[in-house]
Amino acid sequence: MKQVVFISGKGGTGKSTVVASLSLLVKNKIIADCDVDAPNLHLLIKGERLHSDDYFGAELAVIDSTKCVSCGICRDICRFDAISEKIEIKPMKCEGCGACVLACPQAAISMIDLKIGETYVDQTQRGTFSHALLDIGADGSGKLVTEVKENLFAFLNGEDWALIDGSPGIGCSVIASITGADAVVAVCEPTRSGQSDLERVLGVARHFGIPAFVCINKYDLNLEITAEIKEFCEKNGIPLIGKIPFEPAIVKALQLLQTPVEAGIKNIVGEIENIWSRLQIQLGTVK
Amino acid sequence: MKIAVLSGKGGTGKTIVAASLAASLSESQYVDCDVEEPNGALFLNPEIIETTPVNVLVPKVDESRCDGCGACAKACRFNAIAVVKKKVLIFPEICHHCGACVIACPQNAISEVQREIGVVETDRNGRFLQGRLNIGEPITIPIIHKLKQSVREDKINIFDCSPGASCTVVQTIDGCDYCILVTEPTPFGMHDLKIAVSLVRKVGMPFGVVLNKAMAGDKTIQTYCKNEKIVVLMEIPFLREIAENYSKGILPVKMDKAWEGKFVRMFSSIVGGIEL
Repeated sequence: MKQVVFISGKGGTGKSTVVASLSLLVKNKIIADCDVDAPNLHLLIKGERLHSDDYFGAELAVIDSTKCVSCGICRDICRFDAISEKIEIKPMKCEGCGACVLACPQAAISMIDLKIGETYVDQTQRGTFSHALLDIGADGSGKLVTEVKENLFAFLNGEDWALIDGSPGIGCSVIASITGADAVVAVCEPTRSGQSDLERVLGVARHFGIPAFVCINKYDLNLEITAEIKEFCEKNGIPLIGKIPFEPAIVKALQLLQTPVEAGIKNIVGEIENIWSRLQIQLGTVK
Repeated sequence: MKIAVLSGKGGTGKTIVAASLAASLSESQYVDCDVEEPNGALFLNPEIIETTPVNVLVPKVDESRCDGCGACAKACRFNAIAVVKKKVLIFPEICHHCGACVIACPQNAISEVQREIGVVETDRNGRFLQGRLNIGEPITIPIIHKLKQSVREDKINIFDCSPGASCTVVQTIDGCDYCILVTEPTPFGMHDLKIAVSLVRKVGMPFGVVLNKAMAGDKTIQTYCKNEKIVVLMEIPFLREIAENYSKGILPVKMDKAWEGKFVRMFSSIVGGIEL
């Protein structure tokens, strides 16, 4: 089984649209949404719930007021400003590091497990689909992403591919998403910001030694930047495997929760099919 | 006065809104807190005159004192320390810089050393501030903290947040006076707007919505906002001209003076609507 992770650096470039389209075109695969902060793929891929669970991925310090003598040592050693002048824990600031537990001379502080999100596995007509939702403002999106992938592989049943929708950015969530991947496909837009973000996220793929491929969405919005991205890819030995045109019909389809495949937008579907064929050739799974 | 611009979903136009607002107000400072993928500089073209590294503290073991007891690895809740055959292995990238290992070590064998994870950059006039995470680093929060310590308190600070609704966004909006939530009229935009609304309500911050890529026939976001009693501060239409200029790094306020007036009026309405 090969894992292909779709990332973008910049958000809103069309990752989920491409992954949802491929979920209808690629055979024998499992699917995951690793954007746990603002997941969207489940809006396009519906199914029957096989599994859902609370995910406890963090810890929170709790002070036993009957033992606390308000000496303030915990407040002084806390690097996250998570303990108030009145020696109360500020839950939104607590990193869960446990330094205060070690420092407290009265043994008045303990750690409790903290729910940071929920995980889901759905059975869909397109294959098993693993996703999650981070609790509002919670810490630990990288760990939740890892859990989404572990859930996905727990339900593995001889499939050939894992199609994984990543999150924007280059930090912990993205690193967790691409860990163990066979390939990353960066979906970008020909804008100054899209170009800058693409170069940074490709840097992350290179840093972790994962083969990267590029697909330009709305490529005809700015042909000059499209040419620059192409040149950048050639210079860095990164195959450009697709160019999807600007097509207002995609927005209309998405408003009806349809992918370009279901909406029958032929030129777009043709290019997404090409992207998949080129990727398979590059990965050596077909000749 | 501190205003944060956030969105839940990426690519909805946070940077357009934050940078346009900053460009329209003479006493403003734009602060790019999307340190994973900062873009504000591409639109505002600041002259960066100072780049300051953001350092964190990571443990260093004095092997002459260490007896390999493993207390540090046990204390570390982030799996950043392992002790194998009495030898301490440290994984600095996943260290959360909490200092628990230093407290835990019975031999006082652990000290801390500085390690750079990114930079903070400013322009000459104090109108622009940005953070940048180094490639391959997972942890952004120390850069957000450094940015917040470095703002010009005499100016109106406009914080451009990262996408999502995780701890990074919480740390960015902490201490702000108002939040602007940017969305777009798609089911994705709506879904993620609701997440962003939950976040700002949870922290109890006054907020309003800017609808980007607004389409004449679609009122779903407006209807949602009306039902939830959320003020819609501005609508930016879905126009190819705006998208093309955006692609080149040109803000709407730079192509048409009328937009500057709209952003100034939006700011006035925000100030008029909240108690400082």
